[in-house]
Amino acid sequence: MFAALYNFAHWLTQSREEAEDLVQETYLKAFKGFSSFQPGTNFRAWIYRILRNTFLTSRAGLHARMTEPLDEESGWILSETPESRLAARLDRRLIQNALERLPVRYREVILLRDLEEMNYQDIANTLDVPIGTVMARLSRGRTAMREQLRAKTGGGRG
Amino acid sequence: MSCAWSAKIDQYLDSELADAEWTEVHAHLHACESCIAQMLERLQLKQAVKDAGPRYLANPEFRLKVERSVETGVKGRIFRAPLVAGIAAAAALLVFIGFSLHSAKTKAGDFAELADLHASALASANPVDVVSDDRHTVKPWFESKVPFAFNLPELRDSAFVLIGGRSVYFGQSPCAQLLFGSSKHRVSVFIFQNRGTQDTRSVPGNSIATFGSETWDHGGLRYVVVGDMGLPDLHRLMELFRAAANS
Repeated sequence: MFAALYNFAHWLTQSREEAEDLVQETYLKAFKGFSSFQPGTNFRAWIYRILRNTFLTSRAGLHARMTEPLDEESGWILSETPESRLAARLDRRLIQNALERLPVRYREVILLRDLEEMNYQDIANTLDVPIGTVMARLSRGRTAMREQLRAKTGGGRG
Repeated sequence: MSCAWSAKIDQYLDSELADAEWTEVHAHLHACESCIAQMLERLQLKQAVKDAGPRYLANPEFRLKVERSVETGVKGRIFRAPLVAGIAAAAALLVFIGFSLHSAKTKAGDFAELADLHASALASANPVDVVSDDRHTVKPWFESKVPFAFNLPELRDSAFVLIGGRSVYFGQSPCAQLLFGSSKHRVSVFIFQNRGTQDTRSVPGNSIATFGSETWDHGGLRYVVVGDMGLPDLHRLMELFRAAANS
């Protein structure tokens, strides 16, 4: 999980130095606050939650919050195109670029679900948001990614 | 034209629907071209994120630095009560870090082991120990071979044919391997008890990553589909198993 935590931290911060600071601080906070961990609950969700909360108060996290629209509904509701499909196998680099361009709140839910394979409830616990918000962010984030990829690969609509 | 059911596709693929609702959506997908196209597109994106997500590696010096900082945390707390709680917490975290490092090393190994089992079956003159296309023959054969029970799907209206099965060991535990054919392709489905420590995802860049894979968990068992078919085809076989497990 160390490698996964570091990878997630780097995805959030987009910087090696800030990812290292974030992971180190997360482990120290986990150590200091270990008594707050409830045995029998999800340890992974607990430590990801520490990392994510630490990120939010870090320089990179504050920057992300300042530069992203605060309104959940603004800007990222993109039209659904049921019949369209990506024309070719998606290139790894294209996917990474598309993830990078997503606002952090969409990037983090997609990574926690599709890479870390957390269920919706654990993601909700990690991010401290209702499960409905997890579902809405996943839907909007994935739609935004598909739109980006269609534009890059020349995939048509319908 | 958009279909009202399309809103459920993400939850369907994320295994977040209750059984009854999952069955409804699954049935609808067979009847709606619009939704099946969306499902395939979304499945492709999920898989692509899983493949592209592992991007950043921590360097070994940084790992050591974190380990040392936790150790320093222990020493700093030794003179502050409660001593036992501090040591216990540090020990748990050190075990956790050690386990994490071990997991990172074995990540590629788990999928490689299954891919090797699949490849060795294909290379063998006798790829399976029980040879039958009848699920009612193959399923009972496993009863004395593996310490768990599972259902095999009805394949009559599918593109797959059951070839047979064999009992193998995966991670030093008993594992059922079912072999299926579809045209010239061969696909293995591995079923074993989910211990929560196996990472059976395929690893991009690995030489054995020419095999695709699909994984899901049900009733304490993990199912892994491995074969040289496209992911939508592997997913179809996985859905048949899923339906059988829920029946």
